[in-house]
Amino acid sequence: METPLVERIVADPNYQELKRQRSSFGWTLTIAMLVVYYGFILLIAFKKDLLAARIGEGVMTWGIPIGFGVIIFTILITGIYVRRANSEFDQLSEKIKKDALK
Amino acid sequence: MSRSKILAVALAVAALPGAGFAADVIQGGEKQATNWTAIVMFGAFVLMTLMITKWAASKTKSAADFYTAGGGITGFQNGLAIAGDYMSAASFLGISAAVMTSGYDGLIYSIGFLVGWPILTFLMAERLRNLGKFTFADVAAFRFAQTPVRIFAASGTLVVVAFYLIAQMVGAGSLIELLFGLDYWIAVVLVGALMMIYVLFGGMTATTWVQIIKACLLLGGASFMSFMVLWKYGFSPEAMFADAVRVKGELALASGKTPEEAAVAGQSIMGPGTFIKDPISAISFGMALMFGTAGLPHILMRFFTVPSAKEARKSVMWATTWIGYFYLLTFIIGFGAITYVLTNPEFLTADGKLVGGTNMAAVHLAHAVGGNIFLGFISAVAFATILAVVAGLTLSGASAVSHDLYSTVIKKGKADSASELRVSRITTICLGIVAVILGIAFQNQNIAFMVSLAFAVAASANFPVLFLAILWKDCTTKGAVVGGFVGLVLSVVLTVLSPSVWEATLGHPVGSAPFPYTSPTIFSMTLAFLTIWIVSKMDNSARAKVDRAGFLAQQVRSETGIGASEASAH
Repeated sequence: METPLVERIVADPNYQELKRQRSSFGWTLTIAMLVVYYGFILLIAFKKDLLAARIGEGVMTWGIPIGFGVIIFTILITGIYVRRANSEFDQLSEKIKKDALK
Repeated sequence: MSRSKILAVALAVAALPGAGFAADVIQGGEKQATNWTAIVMFGAFVLMTLMITKWAASKTKSAADFYTAGGGITGFQNGLAIAGDYMSAASFLGISAAVMTSGYDGLIYSIGFLVGWPILTFLMAERLRNLGKFTFADVAAFRFAQTPVRIFAASGTLVVVAFYLIAQMVGAGSLIELLFGLDYWIAVVLVGALMMIYVLFGGMTATTWVQIIKACLLLGGASFMSFMVLWKYGFSPEAMFADAVRVKGELALASGKTPEEAAVAGQSIMGPGTFIKDPISAISFGMALMFGTAGLPHILMRFFTVPSAKEARKSVMWATTWIGYFYLLTFIIGFGAITYVLTNPEFLTADGKLVGGTNMAAVHLAHAVGGNIFLGFISAVAFATILAVVAGLTLSGASAVSHDLYSTVIKKGKADSASELRVSRITTICLGIVAVILGIAFQNQNIAFMVSLAFAVAASANFPVLFLAILWKDCTTKGAVVGGFVGLVLSVVLTVLSPSVWEATLGHPVGSAPFPYTSPTIFSMTLAFLTIWIVSKMDNSARAKVDRAGFLAQQVRSETGIGASEASAH
C-alpha cells in the first residue's frame, strides 16, 4: 500500500473510531472468555465440592449446568462478536474504503 | 464431606482405568473380527471422495488453487471444513470413552478444546484474512525480514504437523484393528496413500470437501446416537444421569465395595474427579488448548480459503457452533455408553472390561442403538475422520515447505506459480512417505503426549509471534525470531522432561521426571512472549526501524482489508 493512502486513512476519524471500537469490543469479550474459562478451571482445582453438590433431590449436580453453560457461553460470545463485526464494523470499514479510494 | 467419604471417593476414582489426559490419542486394544459392513461403507466414502478429488483436480491449476481453493469457499462451508479439520477420531472415541469411565472429567477435557475459538475470533481471524495469502507465515512475516521469520514459521509449522500427523497415523493403525479387523500396517499405508492422492491432485479444494463430508457424517452419526440415548429416557437428562449413576454404583458394588462406597462411586461421575491434579498443570494445559488453537497451522490456513474478512468471521462462528455442539453430543454418548454398553455382557470381556478396549465405547453404543448397519457406519466414519485431518495437516506442511521455504527463502519470492506447485506436490509425496514410516515406527510407543505437544508448540511458538506481529507496533524481526524459537525449543524440551515422556515413553522410574507438570505452556508461552518483548525493545538495528515503520500500513490493511488478496477467478 502506498504511503499517501495510508496517511489518508489514518487521518480519517472513521478509521480511528473503527480501530478503537473493534479493539475495545474484542478485548472486552476476550477478557470475559478468559474469566469464564479460568474461573471454571479454578473452581475445579479449589472448589470441587461445589460442582459435585446436588441441585435438588435427584443426581443432577451444579457441575452439569455450569459445564454446559461454559460451552453455550463460548458459542454465544463468538456469535455476539461476529454479529456486530459483520454489520456495524463492516459498514464503517466500507465507508472508510470508499472515502479513501475515491 | 467427612474424611472417610473423601477417602472413598479418592479410592473409587483411582480405581477408574486410564481416563484423562490420554483421551486425545487412540492407542492399544486388540484386533477384532473382520467387519465387512464397515469396510464396505468406508469403501463408499473413499469412492465418493476420490470422485470429488477428480473434480477438484480439474480446478487446481495455480498455486492459489492448490493452497486456498482459489479463495472461493463460503463462510458456512469453511466453518464445516474447520470443524472437520478439528474434530478428530481421537476426540470422538477418546472423549466419549473418557466420559464413560470418569463422567464429568470428560466434559472438562472437551471444554478446553472449545474455548480457543472465541479468542481466535476476537483477536485474529479477520486480521489474518486481511493480511495473509496462503500460510500464516504470510501474516507473521508481513512487515519483517522475510527469510528469518519464514524459516521460523516453517519450523513451527513442521514440528506441529509432524507430531499431530504421527498421532493420527498411529490412531489409524489402532482403529483399523479395532473397527475393521484388519492389520495395523494396512491402515497406515492406506491413510498415507489416500491423503497423498487427495492433496496431490485435489489440493485445498479436495481437502475442504473431504473435511465437509466427514464433518456432516460425524455430526449426523453422533446426533443420531445422542437422540436414541435421550429418547430412551423420555428426553429427561435427570433420568439418564440417574440411570448412569445407578449402573456405576452397581458396578462398584459388584467389584467388592461396601454399599456406602458404591453409592459415592456412582455419584462421583457427576462431578470433577482426578483430571486436574494440581492448579499449575491445569492452567498450563488449559493455556495450551486455548492459545494452541490460535496457532495450529492447518487451522490458520483455512482462513485464506474464504473471499473476505466477513466470510472468515462466519467461518469461525459456524466452526465454534458445530464443535461445541459436537462436544455436547460426546458427553451424552459417554453417558449412553455407561447405561447401554457397561450393562450388556455382549460388549464386555470376562473380567468386565470393554471388548477391544475403552476407546470402543462409542462404537459399541452405535451397535446397541442402531444394530449392525449403524455399527458399520460409525466405524467407517471414525476411520474417515482420520483421513480428513491428515489431509489438512499434509497440505499445511507442504505449503510451509513450498511457499515459505522454497518460494520465499530460496527463490527470494521469484518462483513462478508452476514451480511452486511442483515443489508442494513433491513435498506432499515426501510427507506421505515419512508419515507412513513414522506411523509404523511408533506403533508400539506410548504416544499419548503427541497431540498435547502439538498444542503446546502451537501456543508457545506460533501464537506469540503471530499475535505480537499483528498487534504490537514495536515488535521486530529479531524479537519475533528469537522469541519464537525460545518458545518452540522450550515447549519441546520441557515436554520431553515431563512425566508423560520421561516416565511413560522413555521408561524412567515414576517420580524421576525433572519437569513435574503435565504441560509446559504456562512457562514456555510466557517466556516466548517475554523474550519477544525484551529482544524487540533492545533491538536498535536498521532492520528494527523498518519493522516498526511498517506497522502503520500493516494495521490499516488488517483493519480495513484494503489491499487484501481477493478470491481468484475461476
